[in-house]
Amino acid sequence: MTTRTLIEAIRDGLSEEMRRDPTVVVMGEDVGKKGGVFLATDGLWAEFGDNRVIDTPLTESMIVGTSIGAALNGLRPVAEIQFADFIHPAFNQIVSEAARLRYRTQGGFAVPMVIRAPYGGGVHGALYHSQSVEAFFTHVPGLKVVVPSTPYDAKGLLRSSIRDDDPVLFFEHKRMYRSVRGDVPDGEYTVPLGRAAIRRQGRQVTLVAYGLMVAFGLEAAEQVAGEGIDVEVVDLRSLRPLDRETLLGSVRKTGKCLVAYEDNRFGGYGAEIAAIVAEEAFDFLDGPVSRIAGPDVPAMPYNHVLEDWFMLSPAKIADAIRRLAAY
Amino acid sequence: MTVTGDGRNTATSPLAASAGLTDDDLLAMYRTVLLSRAIDERMWVLNRAGKAPFVISGQGHEGAQVGLAWPLRRGYDWIAPFYRSITTCLAFGMTARDLMLAQFAKASDVSSGGRQMPGHYGSMERHIVSVSSPVATQILHAVGIALASRIKGEDAVSVAIMGEGSSNQGDVHEGLNFAAIHRLPFILVIENNGYAISVPAEKELSVKDVASRASGYGVPGVIVDGTDVLACYRAGRDAVERARSGGGPTLIEAKVTRLTAHSSDDQQTKYRSEDDLAQGRAHDPLPIFREQLRDAGVLTDELEASMADEIRSIVEDATTFAEGEPDAEPSTALDHVYGDATGAEPAPPWHPSAGARSEGPAA
Repeated sequence: MTTRTLIEAIRDGLSEEMRRDPTVVVMGEDVGKKGGVFLATDGLWAEFGDNRVIDTPLTESMIVGTSIGAALNGLRPVAEIQFADFIHPAFNQIVSEAARLRYRTQGGFAVPMVIRAPYGGGVHGALYHSQSVEAFFTHVPGLKVVVPSTPYDAKGLLRSSIRDDDPVLFFEHKRMYRSVRGDVPDGEYTVPLGRAAIRRQGRQVTLVAYGLMVAFGLEAAEQVAGEGIDVEVVDLRSLRPLDRETLLGSVRKTGKCLVAYEDNRFGGYGAEIAAIVAEEAFDFLDGPVSRIAGPDVPAMPYNHVLEDWFMLSPAKIADAIRRLAAY
Repeated sequence: MTVTGDGRNTATSPLAASAGLTDDDLLAMYRTVLLSRAIDERMWVLNRAGKAPFVISGQGHEGAQVGLAWPLRRGYDWIAPFYRSITTCLAFGMTARDLMLAQFAKASDVSSGGRQMPGHYGSMERHIVSVSSPVATQILHAVGIALASRIKGEDAVSVAIMGEGSSNQGDVHEGLNFAAIHRLPFILVIENNGYAISVPAEKELSVKDVASRASGYGVPGVIVDGTDVLACYRAGRDAVERARSGGGPTLIEAKVTRLTAHSSDDQQTKYRSEDDLAQGRAHDPLPIFREQLRDAGVLTDELEASMADEIRSIVEDATTFAEGEPDAEPSTALDHVYGDATGAEPAPPWHPSAGARSEGPAA
C-alpha cells in the first residue's frame, strides 16, 4: 500500500495503463511538457514521447472528434478536457458521434475512448471553472459516466474506463485532487464500472452521493450521528451504468433517501435517482425522496461569500438529513 | 486490344495513358458512374412509389466521386464520406445490394441495420466511416484515423468528404489546422455543388473557392472540374501520393452540380431558376464522361449496350432482393447500445423482453 492523493492515483493509473498497452495515447491542452494544468499527466511526455502524449490546440471538439477517429483505427485515446466547463464545444462529437457510432452500425464500430475532465467548485473557479456537467451526459445512452471519490477508486476506475470498449466520461472533482489522500495498492487492480460502494453503514437515512459530495456526506453523517440519526452513505462511483441494486437495497433498508449533488437542482442527475427510488422502492419509503443540490442560477459566482452560498457543505447536507429524518 | 493471360485488357488509349491508367480502368470508372446513377434514380422511383420515405442523392457528383476515390487502396485507406457519397462508396467496395438494403432500411442493411436514414453508409470492414447527419463531424474522425495510422507506423491515407455547405463548420477549421500541424496523411475533399440546401454559395462562402482557404492552413488547395473525371483522378492521385509519402494534407475542391433537390423532402424549383437548373444539367458528369470515352474510342456501342444490360439487371436484383428482406425485429432495438450488457438500462414496458436487460452484441 502507498498513500496517494487523488491526482497522483490518476497519474499512476494513466502511466501504468500506457506501459501495459501501447495503444493508449493521451491528448489534450497542455498535457505534454507541462503535464496538464493540474499535473495529471506530469511525466508522461518524458516517458512516452510526442507520439503518445499529444499537446493539442485549443480545440475541444477536435480533441474529442480526433480521439473518436483514433479509436476507430485501433487506439485507446484518453482525451483531457482542461476543465469540464469547456467540454461544451465537443458536445456534438460526444453525443452525436461517440455515443451513437456503435448503435448506428449495429456494433460494427466501437469507440473505446476516455474523456477526462476536472469538474466542480469551491476552488474560486467562478462561472467557468466550477461547473458540474454530468447530467448532460448521463442522459445519453451509449455513454458511460464515472466520478471517483477516493484515490483507490480513481486509479481502479480509470483503468477500467481505459479498458472499456465504449466512450467513458471520467469526471474528477478538482477540489479533491490534492485534499483527498488514501491507500492505493502497489499491484495491479481495477474497480469495475457500474458498482456503487457503501461508504458508511446506517439504518435510518440513505444519503446518495458521488465525487466531493461523498466526502461532505460522510462529514454530515458524523455530525448528525451524535443526534441519534444513523446515516448510510452510498457512493455511486459510476453514474451510468448505475448500480440500482445497491441503491435500492439501501433505500429499502432505511426507508428514507436523500440525494446530494453539487450541480443545479432542476433536472440534475439526482432527479433521476429520486425518480428511480420513487418508482421502485415506493412501498419501502416513509419520507419524501429528497434532493439537496446547487441552487438554480446559471453557474457558480466567484466572490467567496457568493461561492459559499452556492456550494453545498457538510452543514447544509446535515440540515437536509435532519429534515428528512424527522418524518 | 491487348488481353493478358488472366483476361485483363491492358489496352491503353492516349486518353487513359494521359492519366497513367488503362482503358479497362476507364471503363470500370464509367461503369461505376452508370451504376451509381441507375441506383440513385431507382431510389427516387421507390420514393415516389411510396416504398421508401426518404432519398438523398448524389446525382451530379458521380464524376468527381469516382475520380477521387479511384487512387485509394480499398479496405486499406480510409474514407469518412457524407450522405451524397453513393458513388464513392460503390468505388470503395459497397455493392448495389448494400445500397438498396440501406434504402429500404432492412435488418440486413450492412451500414446500420435500418437504424439510419438512407444514404448514411458505413462499413468497418471496408474502412468506410459510418455517416451521420450532423455535417462535417467526420473530418475529425478522418484526422484521428490519420493520426492513429501515423502513430502505428502505417501508411494508410484518410479522406474526409463533404459539401461546401459543411465546409463552413468549425470542425473543419479545427481539423485542418491539426492535420496540417502534424502533416498527417489526410485529404479533405469538398464537393462544391453551389448550394447548402437552398442557400447559394455566395450567401454561404465569403470566398469564391473553398480551396483558397487551404492557404490559411499552409496546405495545398486544388480546384478540379467535377465533370472531368480524369482531372479528378489526377488530383486525387497526387494528393494520395503526397499524403502517403509524408507530405501532409491536401484540400481538393471539386466543382460539381446538384441535379436533384437536396432530398426527397425538398423542392428546388422554389429557389433555383430554370436557367440555373439548365446550367446544372449542362454540367452532368455522366454524358460528359461518356462522350469523352467514346471520342477516345474506349467506349463502343457494343460495350454501352452490354453495360446497360448488366446494370439494369444489377439494379433489378438489388431492388427485388432488398425489398424482400425482413425488417428488423423490435426485440433487437435495444442491442448495441453498449458493448456489454452491464451498461444497459431496463427495457421499456412495451419491449418484447420487458423486465429483462437487453442483450449485448451477439457473441
